[in-house]
Amino acid sequence: MIVRRFNIPAVGWRGAFEDLEQLRRDMEQRFQHVLGRTYRPETAGVFPLINLTENKDNYYARAELPGLKAEELNISATGRNLILSGERKISAKGDDVNFHRREREAGSFNRIIALPGDIDADKVEAALVDGVLTVTIPKAEAAKPKQIRVKSN
Amino acid sequence: MTETVPKELQAKGKMDAALPVEHTKPGIVFTPAVDIFETEKEITLLADVPGVKTEHLTIDLSDDVLTLTGEVKPLEGPDEEDILIEYEVGNYYRQFTLSELIDQNKIDAQLRDGVLRLTLPKVEKATPRKITVKAG
Repeated sequence: MIVRRFNIPAVGWRGAFEDLEQLRRDMEQRFQHVLGRTYRPETAGVFPLINLTENKDNYYARAELPGLKAEELNISATGRNLILSGERKISAKGDDVNFHRREREAGSFNRIIALPGDIDADKVEAALVDGVLTVTIPKAEAAKPKQIRVKSN
Repeated sequence: MTETVPKELQAKGKMDAALPVEHTKPGIVFTPAVDIFETEKEITLLADVPGVKTEHLTIDLSDDVLTLTGEVKPLEGPDEEDILIEYEVGNYYRQFTLSELIDQNKIDAQLRDGVLRLTLPKVEKATPRKITVKAG
């Protein structure tokens, strides 16, 4: 699902709607406490959550994948889709451990992201730094915006 | 034993931190997910703090209270426009009260791939000792 947000000149984090965003998050957390599930209409609800941005040359897909190493991650690009899959492992400890908290989860994930335009699949690059994955997807030449010169007589 | 298929990870939103004091800097603060486990010799804490670099992580231990603070800078360049934003980026903060006596000089912290591993060895005398009872 593509969600377009209006570009507001940035004042603080992500623009002037910061207070409203805080309100939205508070409401989501209240929903979660009452209903036991998150009310999140905007995400696909699939792990990992992705932030997709673009400039005139590339699409950028970012995901937070703490604890994952580059070899545990599979990224492929076909057609207009980016496929992200892998498995997050949490090393099991010995028998004599006593858990006080267990909040981190391990498991597999597989997500397909449809990009809004044609891409150059051969030149996709990905970097995993500090647990944040950034995939740089160059747009196909034909899909880049072209300046058209206006001739005036 | 049959091989278990790894279960699918569910997408979970990040939880906002309920701060005991107001924070002066603007921005969202999240509570990182942690695993804490204890063996006879030490307590280990693993925290998911993606996007935090080593120089932006502060670990404080005073009066048996452990405070983790991590700063995260958004990676988006200034010319990037949003298409789909599913998660927010913000700093991390979490506080714990430690129950055992920790040897503060031997605390070890490692930050790798966005996961902080904090090893807190217990003071020698706190490790349990078995006392054998001799039959009289």
